[in-house]
Amino acid sequence: MRVPLDWLREYAEVPAGATGVQVAADLVRVGLEEEGLHGGDIQGPLVVGRVLEMTPEKQKNGKTINWCQVDVGQANGTGEPQGIVCGAHNFAPGDLVVVILPGGVLPGNFEISARKTYGHVSAGMICSSLELGLGDDHDGIIVLTDWLGAGAEGLVPGQDAIPLLGLDRETVEVNVTPDRGYCFSIRGIAREYSHSTGAAYRDPALVRVVDGAENPLTAPGATQDGFAVELRDGSPLNGTPGCDRFVTRIVRGLDPQAPTPAWMVTRLTEAGMRPISLAVDVSNYVMLALGQPTHAYDLAKVDGPIVVRRARAGEKLTTLDDVERALDPEDLLITDGGETLLGIAGVMGGASSEVSDTTTDVLIEAAHFDPRTVARSARRHRLSTEASKRFERGVDPELAPQAAQLMVELMTELGGGTADPAVTDEGAVAPREAIGIEVSLPTRYVGVDYSPQRVREVLEEIGCRVTEASAGILSVLPPSWRPDLLTGPDLVEEVARIDGYDKIPSVVPTAPGGRGLSHAQRARRTVAAALAGQGLHEVLTYPFVGESRFADLGLGEEDQRRHAVRLANPLSDEAPLMRTELLQTLPDALRRNLARGAKDVALFEIDTVTLPDLSRRAPVPGVGVRPDDAVLEEIRAAVPHQPLHVAIVATGQADRSGWWGQGRATDVTDVVGWAHAVCDALGVAVERRQAEREPFHPGRCVELSLPDGTIIGWAGELHPKVVTALGVPERTAAAELDLDVLFTASDRRAQGAPLSNHPPAGSDIALTVSRSTSFRDLEASVRAGAGPLLESVRLFDVYRGDQIGEDQQSLAFHLVFRAPDRTLTTEEVNAARDAAVARAAKDHGAVQR
Amino acid sequence: MSGPNTNYDPVEVTALDPAMVEQDVTDALAAIKAAVSLDELKAARIAHAGEKSPLALANREIGALPPSAKAEAGKRVGQARGRVNQALAARQTELEAERDERILVEEAMDLTLRADRRPFGRRHPITLTAERMADVMVGMGWEIAEGPGVEAEWFNFDALNFDKDHPARQMQDTFFVDPADAGVVLRTHTSPVQARALLERGAPLYVAVPGKTFRTDELDATHTPVFHQMEGLAIDEGLTMAHLKGTLDRLASELFGEGLTTRLRPAYFPFTEPSAEMDFQCFVCRGEDSACRTCGGTGWIEWGGCGMVNHNVLRACGVDPERYQGFAFGMGVERSLMFRNNLADMREMIEGDVRFNAQFGMEI
Ligand SMILES: [Zn+2]
Repeated sequence: MRVPLDWLREYAEVPAGATGVQVAADLVRVGLEEEGLHGGDIQGPLVVGRVLEMTPEKQKNGKTINWCQVDVGQANGTGEPQGIVCGAHNFAPGDLVVVILPGGVLPGNFEISARKTYGHVSAGMICSSLELGLGDDHDGIIVLTDWLGAGAEGLVPGQDAIPLLGLDRETVEVNVTPDRGYCFSIRGIAREYSHSTGAAYRDPALVRVVDGAENPLTAPGATQDGFAVELRDGSPLNGTPGCDRFVTRIVRGLDPQAPTPAWMVTRLTEAGMRPISLAVDVSNYVMLALGQPTHAYDLAKVDGPIVVRRARAGEKLTTLDDVERALDPEDLLITDGGETLLGIAGVMGGASSEVSDTTTDVLIEAAHFDPRTVARSARRHRLSTEASKRFERGVDPELAPQAAQLMVELMTELGGGTADPAVTDEGAVAPREAIGIEVSLPTRYVGVDYSPQRVREVLEEIGCRVTEASAGILSVLPPSWRPDLLTGPDLVEEVARIDGYDKIPSVVPTAPGGRGLSHAQRARRTVAAALAGQGLHEVLTYPFVGESRFADLGLGEEDQRRHAVRLANPLSDEAPLMRTELLQTLPDALRRNLARGAKDVALFEIDTVTLPDLSRRAPVPGVGVRPDDAVLEEIRAAVPHQPLHVAIVATGQADRSGWWGQGRATDVTDVVGWAHAVCDALGVAVERRQAEREPFHPGRCVELSLPDGTIIGWAGELHPKVVTALGVPERTAAAELDLDVLFTASDRRAQGAPLSNHPPAGSDIALTVSRSTSFRDLEASVRAGAGPLLESVRLFDVYRGDQIGEDQQSLAFHLVFRAPDRTLTTEEVNAARDAAVARAAKDHGAVQR
Repeated sequence: MSGPNTNYDPVEVTALDPAMVEQDVTDALAAIKAAVSLDELKAARIAHAGEKSPLALANREIGALPPSAKAEAGKRVGQARGRVNQALAARQTELEAERDERILVEEAMDLTLRADRRPFGRRHPITLTAERMADVMVGMGWEIAEGPGVEAEWFNFDALNFDKDHPARQMQDTFFVDPADAGVVLRTHTSPVQARALLERGAPLYVAVPGKTFRTDELDATHTPVFHQMEGLAIDEGLTMAHLKGTLDRLASELFGEGLTTRLRPAYFPFTEPSAEMDFQCFVCRGEDSACRTCGGTGWIEWGGCGMVNHNVLRACGVDPERYQGFAFGMGVERSLMFRNNLADMREMIEGDVRFNAQFGMEI
């Protein structure tokens, strides 16, 4: 909401010297946040000048500039003409122009000084409307006889141009919160200003200031012969009638050509509205002044009676913006006689009854509509209008006759018509209920010791009628313009706000003492720290993904991972789905780093993925009531499962080259190692199985699982086709693990065992087996055969070559034996070793080399 | 050689002549002294203390002496060999020390440039900031709660008193899950976890909720469609706005600097009443520099929203508002990070450029 200060001054006693900055600060204190300040940012000298001479000079760059001598009177201190270079050509000697002299400041903190340019010293600037923030014409400068018309008569060179052009006028822009609809009016803002500062307030719905005199704004009561209006809402929403008050007035004999006066144009423009025609401008002016949207119909185009009803299925209306809209049975309509549609109530009028430049007689509507009805229509038709914005936040229901009266007065004064004595005021506004509130509630809620007198005083100040219902209990009837005040806490906020939030003390509450972080929360930090310690960088990628990425990753048509939650309104149609694995989006961060010149990049991301069950919908049972357990269960169950994952992707060197020597490229074993590091960090034992799974190389992928078979995830090298499709370097390796599985598995108390102090004994074996025998299976046999004395076994060499059969491989293991209670003898070690070899031979036909 | 010859005069035997023995010692000591390497010393040892050295040969002659002479000759030769061996040992120690020192010199490496064979990785500053914020709350005795990013519409809005037709619900720029009436959204704030925690745990309750949130904003220097918040919720008997202010003051001073406070300004949120916007005091100028670029000269930096939990929220969560009351607050993690660590552009936080992470340590 834009608040021109001069308009605010009409309703509140703003101190004479108050600036926009000060007024904005006063409004912030009561909850109207500053959004911007407009105007008032030009510092003089900005004066009227008369061009005495202008000499066009062609420049090397092809541009022609004018070297001007400008009479600025005594404003430059000498009375001599001012030499100024000007690039514009839309003026001639003798013209009155606007000159900013050295020392002046233009909007944007642009300070003017005499400067050398095009071979002259230009002592100032002849200004365009753009430079002064008055318009967007940059091609030409302001010629005052054109700009001000008759207002330019009698101007003298050297005269201050700031008030002349209204550049001393300031407008404060504030953000109006959704609960405070009445602040979408100067009336409401002025009231709040008065609450903040104590300044005297004049309610423009009751008093009109004309030529300095305060006149009461008195609306006549309804008459028998008012324009017929029928409120026929057959299906109110939530039991609230769509329209509970409809006031009409008629003005006849208007001059359709009557112009909107300059003062009104200025106010409307400053408030951010474009002047259109007198009827529309007056309607907008009344809305901005009071907060009551009104509508003016061309009386000649309305037969009557006005019927307000809900739309019928299949009805259509072309609104003022020339869009034909299919109506919904919930839309509330203003109709002529029930059949001809005049508009969507509180949102936008129709094109057919629009006031035109031949309209002489108008029918004025000032009505009160149900916020919910208007909000739904505005949302349904994507029509957020000035009217709907106000109605959906709640308009003062007492305002309609006053707004209509102000409209009638302004129209007849400015357009020359006369008002019919007939007045319609149809409908019945339900009376407000008083709120019972313990007078101690504000103190108990806010922690400031408010006396009962202070509570009463504040509530009365904001317009409530307060009576003492019983000892310590107040009965508070809120004012008509505050539909948001419904409960005790609403009133508490008023007390705290008006008394000042700055008076609230600071007290740290004593929580009963928590249990610290949960296991999963600690484990998550541990995993992240472990991976960072391994040289990986944590990144956060957006979770949005498109189907083409599934194809890039080689996911088959039937792959479960393609069944992703879809957004109804994605940011980009390219990425409308929620990722089902982190590896669907993590490569984007890898590519970005590579594109920016990085070569060795190892990344990880920890976040949830979304695994949809698209069969369910979540009930939305509404506010203020706890749904029953069954409904709550249904709501929870419709939320997709979102397990926490960690994903890794890496390329470049794992061990860097440098002055210390050669490095080593990252390969799949690094990534498999990091995947294990995650499990090790959590103390979880894992099993491995060679696996084939997209997006990995079919021969270079391992599946990790818990001993009970629960899958943890996969690690491997990306499939060469995936590498190509993603545009990442060859041999890029990746992994993705389910952290929820790991966190559950690690949430246990680990048990220690005593360490043996006896020496270990080593022994190596080399076993030749078929290449189809996996390392894991052979190692398992060696372990099983070696028996309980075996402490560790490590595969340290793999030979495949000429010295053994083509389909054979020789695997060399280093075995370490140790007993808990004694030093092992050579015989014991040899026996265990031989048993290991024998078991390998039995299980896999292994032959010791 | 036959038995002992009792008439044998050791002085008569040349090798045992005292002068001769002394000469052998002198020769040996000279050779030992002259040895400048362990190899030369080894040669000197062989020549002057070895089996074929003059003193060894002299020693052998002793056996042939008559018993009366044996003692004297033995003592003379023994002392001589002792002196030689001592000198050898001393020189050996000297030369070994010299060698060890030389090796250390030879092995010296220039380590004045970093050897980043396996550079350390980093955590992301956003997660680190969220953890730091959470830790402050844990320090005050609160617990950390979490909830889903893809959330039921009821939890995201209705449970928090956002009526379906209220303008505030439309202002949240919500991502809806398809179909749009599925009742599922991407949570627009961490606040639905308030309702989840209250329904699951009931009152009294002190929880903070860091997490990822979503709004349909286009990415620019100060907006990102995916961002992070930390929510706080305290429900107990007798909690007031003063407790809210105290909690925020503590969080602000832990994050931004000792003694910094917060300011509350009246505002509106459907799930709180009274509601407030909160600012923290500018840690650069503390309100004493009207030209301060961090706060724009106002002395305050906008941080988030807060207020006393609306009765309708308590009722929706099965908590009796006549008995319990409390407060809630929420602030942006990115915004806290931007101000705390002097970052100007939100885009850098979400691009995943490792150079961004590398500016910070694992504690920020
Ligand atoms: Zn500052």
